[in-house]
Amino acid sequence: MSEQLPLLRLERVHKSYGDLEVLRGIDLDVPANKVICLIGASGSGKSTLLKCANLIEPITEGRILFEGEEITTEDTDPDRVRRHIGIVFQAFNLFPHMTVLANVTLAPRRVLGMPQPAAEEHALELLARFGLADKAREYPDRISGGQQQRAAIVRAMAMQPRIMLLDEVTSALDPELVGEVLTVIRELAKSGMTMLISTHEMGFARQIADRVCFMSEGVILEQGPPDLIFHAPRHERTAGFLKRVIEAGRAADLAAEV
Amino acid sequence: MGMGFETRVEPRGGGLTAGEAGPPGGSRGLARKRSQRRDAVISTISTIVFFALVVALIALSPGVNKVVESFFSLTGFKDSFGTVSEGFWLNVKLMLVAEGIVLVVALGIAVIRSLSGPVMAPLRIVALIYTDVFRGIPLILVIFIVGLGLPALQLDFISDQSVFTYGVVSLVLVYSAYVTEVYRAGIESVHPSQLAGARSLGLSQWQSMRFVVLPQAVRRVIPPLLNDFIGLQKDTALVGLLGLVEVARAAENYAASTFNFTGYTMAALLFIAVTIPLARVTDWLIERDRRRMRATGG
Repeated sequence: MSEQLPLLRLERVHKSYGDLEVLRGIDLDVPANKVICLIGASGSGKSTLLKCANLIEPITEGRILFEGEEITTEDTDPDRVRRHIGIVFQAFNLFPHMTVLANVTLAPRRVLGMPQPAAEEHALELLARFGLADKAREYPDRISGGQQQRAAIVRAMAMQPRIMLLDEVTSALDPELVGEVLTVIRELAKSGMTMLISTHEMGFARQIADRVCFMSEGVILEQGPPDLIFHAPRHERTAGFLKRVIEAGRAADLAAEV
Repeated sequence: MGMGFETRVEPRGGGLTAGEAGPPGGSRGLARKRSQRRDAVISTISTIVFFALVVALIALSPGVNKVVESFFSLTGFKDSFGTVSEGFWLNVKLMLVAEGIVLVVALGIAVIRSLSGPVMAPLRIVALIYTDVFRGIPLILVIFIVGLGLPALQLDFISDQSVFTYGVVSLVLVYSAYVTEVYRAGIESVHPSQLAGARSLGLSQWQSMRFVVLPQAVRRVIPPLLNDFIGLQKDTALVGLLGLVEVARAAENYAASTFNFTGYTMAALLFIAVTIPLARVTDWLIERDRRRMRATGG
């Protein structure tokens, strides 16, 4: 049945930069309407995995399937695939020479061929939903980092993607701005958006994820429901990572709740 | 816990010292205002002294009367204005036509040089050779080669053009090579994450270039572009070598018939009269653009 079919599937995915192998055999299923969180130390391959899934980085081995169809063949049109896969990066890549509204409407107009009034109407609806209605006519550099990151999420959402890939979207933010962005992601999850999220916010991952994957040295070392990974990790390295993160105070809210 | 507490104290201590140095007390503010006023007085006096010395040096030189007469004669200004400004109008036309073409051609070549992909490889090589060659040849030689060489070929169309057209072609050939490099520096200054952001939305390579990279690149290179255009504007005078009576030739003719060089001064004044307002308007446009896009604080 189609419910069984994962929306996104990575099979034995390898990725090397020259001699450096960053991904060393990734198998991962992202079922529809689920939220998967990738955790792990910096350099464990989380960001590379997301970039490969969006075909920004070509993989060296293995294959990636989107809605059951392989997208890593030679004759796949990457632009066509990317229309359905939204991605938001750590550093907000808003276009500084355009207003927030123009940022959000650019791809729907130029890629999907939506007429400007329809694209703007849709964009304004989305901006209002994420609390940015009054920032539509502002330029990115004139709004806060949290607002910029929310605008970047809205921009990806405007293409009506089937899945959203979020690459450490709160890492570049001042601590007091992290909350508003996480709220937006929670709201997306509630609306049933399929998401693959790499994050350093352990408390957030525990709350939002249906499944947590711990990555280490280019492989998914273990995965499972958040309660299991956070409270009864099977691998020593997972336990060690979580311990270090908690000691570093990054999971202060998680520790407080336990 | 103890460790965390310690690391937190440190930056606060740093912040405190910075705070002490920051807000000036009432007496300190007054002192700063006084020193600013003193700076203004000193700079005014030194400027006046400097120019007074320069004027004195010129006024006391033995040949000053002759120079004033032959370069700054009032009748000279009046008599030469007609022919010299007529010649200058030709320079303005050369400049406008050449600049318009250079802006478009150079952007095209810069884009070709920036696009990746094996299909573009031959075009990239041609573009590279073109910029290398024409940045290396002095304009005066290009003007002779184009203006005297092409008519000598006795080909249809190519050899029957006006001197004005050969002038434009020469200017475009040389200046497009410079301006291509200016554009390319602008394109390369746009952070790769902007391209990644555009591509990740499903925009094609060309669309990303057109809507995301180029608008940012062109904004950044406006000041150096203006610089090249002031150069082009001045170099239009070299087209006179082909016999076109532009401003320098007109001034020369005036000098030859009257033995007075005021025509040259007239020509120089006309160039400056165009260049300075152009520079100020560009500064104003850049500043307006910057204010609109940047946070008021930054």
